[in-house]
Formats: sequence, structure tokens, C-alpha cells
Amino acid sequence: MKKFLLYIVLILGAVAFAYPFVWMMLASFKPELEIGGLTLLPSSWTLDSYRLVFESIPIVRAFLNSLIVVVAVTGSVLLFSSMIAYALSKLNWRGRETVFNTILFTMMVPGMVMLIPLYTLVVRFGWTDSLVGLIVPFLMNATAVLILRQSFLTIPGDILEAARIDGCGELRILFTIIWPLSIPAIVTAGIIVFIGNWNEVLWPIMVIRKEEWMTMPQMVALFSVGGGSFGKLGPQLAAAFMLGLPIIALFLFFQRYFISSMASSGLKG
Amino acid sequence: MSTIAGNLAPGHRKNRIPRRRTAGRRIGYLFSAPYLIHLAIFFGYPLIFAFVLVFHRWDIVTPMEFIGLKNVIRLFQDDLFFRAILNTGLFLAIHIPLQILVALFFAELLNTKLKGRNFFRSIYFLPVVVSGVVVAILFQQLFAFETGYVNSLISAIGGKRIPWLVSPKWAMPSIALMATWKNVGFYIILFLTGLQNIPESMYEVAHLEGASTWQRWRYVTLPLLNPMMVTVVVLSTIGGFSLFIEPYVLTGGGPMHSTLSALLYIYNQAFYFNHMGYAAALGLFFALIIFVVVFVQRRFVEEDVY
Repeated sequence: MKKFLLYIVLILGAVAFAYPFVWMMLASFKPELEIGGLTLLPSSWTLDSYRLVFESIPIVRAFLNSLIVVVAVTGSVLLFSSMIAYALSKLNWRGRETVFNTILFTMMVPGMVMLIPLYTLVVRFGWTDSLVGLIVPFLMNATAVLILRQSFLTIPGDILEAARIDGCGELRILFTIIWPLSIPAIVTAGIIVFIGNWNEVLWPIMVIRKEEWMTMPQMVALFSVGGGSFGKLGPQLAAAFMLGLPIIALFLFFQRYFISSMASSGLKG
Repeated sequence: MSTIAGNLAPGHRKNRIPRRRTAGRRIGYLFSAPYLIHLAIFFGYPLIFAFVLVFHRWDIVTPMEFIGLKNVIRLFQDDLFFRAILNTGLFLAIHIPLQILVALFFAELLNTKLKGRNFFRSIYFLPVVVSGVVVAILFQQLFAFETGYVNSLISAIGGKRIPWLVSPKWAMPSIALMATWKNVGFYIILFLTGLQNIPESMYEVAHLEGASTWQRWRYVTLPLLNPMMVTVVVLSTIGGFSLFIEPYVLTGGGPMHSTLSALLYIYNQAFYFNHMGYAAALGLFFALIIFVVVFVQRRFVEEDVY
């Protein structure tokens, strides 16, 4: 009986969290006039909302822009963060502690302090209205360094020493010995950077004005706010659904990794 | 034994460490260089420049003009600055307690042996990974006054429609409600981790001493969960100050500035009025407020439980 009640409550909770997404998905296929109603299923399925989205904004272009930015940032973060994480965990050099403490300090400064000066810097470099302005400031990431360093510390030094005696270079040690032993940490860092960057919207709104360089969250937000959707509900939901779908699909495949990575990033912050 | 080890160790070091040190040093600098150069340009310089900007008037197009402390003085006379602080305070006052209650509730439920635990955990986590833009557009329609799903439901069961996003009284609470819905899955996981770290033996001892269920919860669970509680409060606070896309999409900061958030105000000053100096000053002062609030919270929350 007690178990039964427990399940009822848990299922009610699941409905509260999942139902709005299900509603959004189904409503995006409804005729515009039906969206305000209480029925869940469309009386007749229509692609009108999606047609209007594709006709009024270059959403495919925005998707590709987002993809380019996210892949470039995630790739760079993993490469350079593991290099410095390796130096911080497995090599002895003067200033190591200072560098590590500096990185910890950068994590404590709230983003809103940096926002405006960083923007003026990007303007000065002439990077507004270009993907460069969305990528370059985020090529490095302190959270990733912490996660990777923590994982690298657990690898015994003997293995590395043996590889060195065999004449293995440091870059090769990093990529052929350390990386295969740190896959969970790399996936964790990768997911955090990927999600954070994919969902980032304030920075693109600041840096990008031309439609052709907009990222997907930015374009969908402006489509809803800026009147591009002519106040129609269906197209807004359709655009939002297309924005959410890639992440939801990724999440369903890698949910275990997602949950543990986000939780660990929170605990570190 | 210790003397032998003590004699051996120095000789050992003499042979091996110096060679490794020099190699390690060179590679250490080399491997850190890209990160540190990037950090100097995209963190160090902006951080210093933030303090320069505070003393200047600058629209980014014409040359900077030194105005001394005018930005700071203006800040203390700016009703909207205080309004944004009050709004954030209201947001946090609703969001944090609600979030802790809901997260603790579901974490406790999930901290039992049951089938499908991972399934529920994932469903609760779903809104966390989805973009804030999606959630904002979704709730804009769910919370719409005439056609919104929530109000339709309320009036279908005979209730009175609630002016969720259109009344200055309701708008911020609505956004706090929405933010709780979006983030709570994350905090469920944090509390669940905390609960699972409490050793079973603690409960057994409490049980032997004749503690009631409530007493066990109050004197075992809650104190041992305290570090997690601090984390949750601090993270929610920082999250509250970085509120941007929800009011940007849902209300534009209105009605009557009731949802103007700290970040939205900085954004408006920089991009509607081109006041880069004043926007930078706002950023620094909001950050200062975050530090103070978090400091006070830590003291309060940590002392309160122990």
C-alpha cells in the first residue's frame, strides 16, 4: 500500500515535468486555433506551423552555426584543458600552484563582471557578427580543467615514468596513456561544455545582429520576442521544439553521463 | 627501517629527479601556455578593464570620456538598480525555499529501493538540460491569460483565471515558479547524492536510541545534509542573479519593471542606452552583492542547523 502511494506520487511528479514537453510537441502539429484548447491530440495533424518557421527564418543555418560553435568550443576545451590539467597534475614546474590557484580564482568571479568588458574587447577585435566572436572567448574552460585534473591525479606516475623511459614524448603520453584512462572525466567535461555552449543565449544576443550568424537559441528567442512569428503560437512552439529536440535526444541516449556530469559540475562550483 | 629509507631517498633523488624536473618544467610551461595566454586576454584584461570602465562614459563608438565617480554616484540614485535588486530578492525568496522543499521531497522518495528509479530521475532531470529559451516559450503559452493551458484548466474546474505574466504582482512569482520547475531536477540529484552518502549505521543508532521518524530526519538527515544544503542555497542564489532569458522572452522586464533582473538591466544599459561604463559599474556592484549575500547565507545556513 505504501509502495503504491509512493509510485502514484512519483508518477504525478513525472507527469508534471514531462507533460509540458509532450504538450509542446503535439501542439506544434495542431491547427493554430486549436492550441488554446485543453485537448492534447490535434484533431487534424498539420505541418503549417513548421512551414511558417522554415519560410520566415533561416533556422537550418542557425542550427549549423550552433553546431559549428559548439563543436569548435568543445574540441578546443578538451584539447587545451587536458594539456594544462596534465601539467598541473603530473609535471613538476615552478609556479604550478600559483597557476592552479589563479584558475580557481577565475571561477569565483561572477560572469556579469566580465560581460561588458569582454564585449568591448570583441568589438575592438572586430569579431561582432561572426562566429569567431562566439568561439574564441570560450576556447578554454576552468571547470573542464578541474574535472580533468582530478581524474589525471588518480593515474599512477609509474606508468608515465615507464613510458618516458621507453622514449615516449609528453604529448603522446597524454593522448595514448592518460586519455584512454580518463574517458569518464573527458565525457563529463565534454557534456558540460557542450550543453552550456549549446544553450548559451545572452552572449550571442549581444555579439550577433545579422540573421546569417545567429545561433539557434538566439534565433528562436528572437523569433518569439521580435514578432517574426506574427504572434502565432504554433510556429513559436514548433521553433522551440526544434531547438529542444537535439538536446533531448542526446539526453535520452546518454542520460547516465548527463546526470552525473551536471551533478559533479555543480558540486565543484 | 626509517634510517635506511632516509639514507636511500636522497641518493635516489640525486639520480632521477633533476633530469625529470628540467624536462617537466619545460613541458609544464609549454602545456600551460595556450590556456594562460587565453586567460590573460579573455579574463585578465577584461577584469582589469571592468574597473577602468567604471570611471568612464563610453558608447563604444566615440572615444572614452573620464567622468570620475559619476557612474557610482548615479548608481546610488538609480531607482531601477534598486528595483532589480528587490526583484532578485523576491525571486530568491520564492525560488530557494520552494526548490529546497520540492527537491528534498522527491530526493527522499527516490532514496528508497524501487523499480524504475533511474527512469524517474531522468524525467525529473529533463527540463534541466533543455534550453531556457524552450522553457520560456513553453511557459509563455501555458501561462497566457486567455488562451493558456493553466488558466483553461483552472477555469474548467471553476477557479478564477490568474494573471500570471500580465500583472506586476504575479509576474515575478510566475517566473520563480517556472525557474523552479526547470532547475529542481538538478537539485533532486544533489540531495539524492547527499542522502545516499549518509551511512545506514547512523539511522540504526538513532533507531536503537528510540528516535521517532521525525526525530531521525531532524537530527540525523538534516545535519548530515547540511553541506549539500549550503551548496543548493549558494548555487540557487548565483542562478537567481544570472536570470536573463526568462524575463527577456516572457516579459521584457515588465510589467512596470516587476521582472527586471540584474542581468537584464545590465544588458539594457549597454545595448539600449549604449552606457558601457555604467553597465560595467552595474556588473561590479551586482557581483559585490552576490558575494555579500552568499557570505551571509553561508554563515546563516551553516549555523542554523548545527
